[in-house]
Amino acid sequence: MTVPDNLLYTKDHEWARIDGDKATMGITDFAQHSLGDITFIDLPKPGAKVKQSEWCATVESVKAASDIYAPLSGEILKANTQLTDHPELVNKSAYEAGWLAVIKISALEEKNKLMNSIQYKEYIQGLS
Amino acid sequence: MLDPQELKNTPLFTSHKELGAKLAPFGGWLMPIQYSGIIEEHSWVRKSAGLFDICHMGEFMVQADLSKSNLGNLVTINLESMPQRACRYGFMLNEQGGIIDDLLVYRISNAEWMIVVNAATTNGDLAHLQKHLNKATGLENVSQSLGKLDLQGPQAQEVLADLAGPKVKDLRYYNFDYFNLLGEKIVISRTGYTGELGYELYMPNNKIPELWEKLLSDGRVKPIGLGARDTLRLEMGYSLYGQDIDKNTTPLEAGLNYFIDWDKDFIGKPALLKQKQEGASRRMIYFIADSRRSPRHNYRIIYQDQDAGSVTSGSFSPSLGFGIGMGYVNCQILPGEQIVLRENSISINAKVTGKPFYKNGSAKSGEIK
Repeated sequence: MTVPDNLLYTKDHEWARIDGDKATMGITDFAQHSLGDITFIDLPKPGAKVKQSEWCATVESVKAASDIYAPLSGEILKANTQLTDHPELVNKSAYEAGWLAVIKISALEEKNKLMNSIQYKEYIQGLS
Repeated sequence: MLDPQELKNTPLFTSHKELGAKLAPFGGWLMPIQYSGIIEEHSWVRKSAGLFDICHMGEFMVQADLSKSNLGNLVTINLESMPQRACRYGFMLNEQGGIIDDLLVYRISNAEWMIVVNAATTNGDLAHLQKHLNKATGLENVSQSLGKLDLQGPQAQEVLADLAGPKVKDLRYYNFDYFNLLGEKIVISRTGYTGELGYELYMPNNKIPELWEKLLSDGRVKPIGLGARDTLRLEMGYSLYGQDIDKNTTPLEAGLNYFIDWDKDFIGKPALLKQKQEGASRRMIYFIADSRRSPRHNYRIIYQDQDAGSVTSGSFSPSLGFGIGMGYVNCQILPGEQIVLRENSISINAKVTGKPFYKNGSAKSGEIK
């Protein structure tokens, strides 16, 4: 299970890559592996306001529909519309081509509630 | 949640672990749900050949001379007209016409039969048979010692012929025969649950791992989990017992009238006749979503702004690239009409259609149409 060093992580297995006042978000390799083949993604809508740890998207696999929570509060700037026809990109490339959305961060201090890669690695080891 | 310790394992438990399968409880058994991934496995069965561990299912051997035994009274299908070495799909019903189980009956010889049933219902079926069969009938539950592997896919015939001999190619749809394989004389039927050309192989449990390894050593064959088994059967519109049909649903409601012989008597027939006369209060419909989004079990079915019923089975269809499903509704909705499938904030537009969803299955290839 890959856990890149430069990202921040939630307990619900979302990741965030902070770049200035923006954050790209997605679901982790651990999450895509647990879900199995991803068949549909209800993406966040650009312009929508999201709050940390609250629902922002739904990812469906063959077996189940799973809620995705925003890693940080803010406004959705854009969503990865490539996933509409190719949701399997999340399985193939959870941290790159499979990103879900970009958030304009409204409260940067919230990042202190997220885990770094070392903490997240320990966290998922405890789950398996 | 059931204690995993109480779950039963098939003879292939170790193999599944070695193959990296995700395992989960199903019908009281710990079963492989997927190996490489549901969609990849699904597609492999549609184009090559897939091997399924189906050792959890139950089998009964029955001695029944139909002139003395009342076996025929316990199933909805006509046993008298069955040729030897033929299989037939049907139901065992309760007095209310509800489905105790769906099953396959094999006529081994004039008075010898094998009945194949679902895993979770095996004990209940056995109790029902023991209660109702007369003294002229012999009944033995061989589920503990008899294993079953399904080989399914357009390449299944060639694969099996290489192993069991060219006689395999003479087997017609819904027929079976005995074959010598790994030193055993075993039943192979040309049947399945995928819509593809395929076979079900009945082998003593102690030889199952050897048969599994032998079949998997063929490059055309890959192991397939219950996840893909579910999407494959749903694309064909086949019912899954415990989900689409159960003891509270009748074959009429499920639209499975084809498997009822009205010219004979059977337990549940008076109730079915009454329902036939009065009209069933609900019926099964099949639908396809307008997107990749999956309808799922228990989503509400909305028709003309009214709640009309609920989804029993739904999934993304790997072959079609759309969500598909089935469910019961309390009114007539014709193919082509629009419905909405809803749960909480999820709302999916869908169109009612016929079955099967997937129309290019190879199950009957070589048969006279």
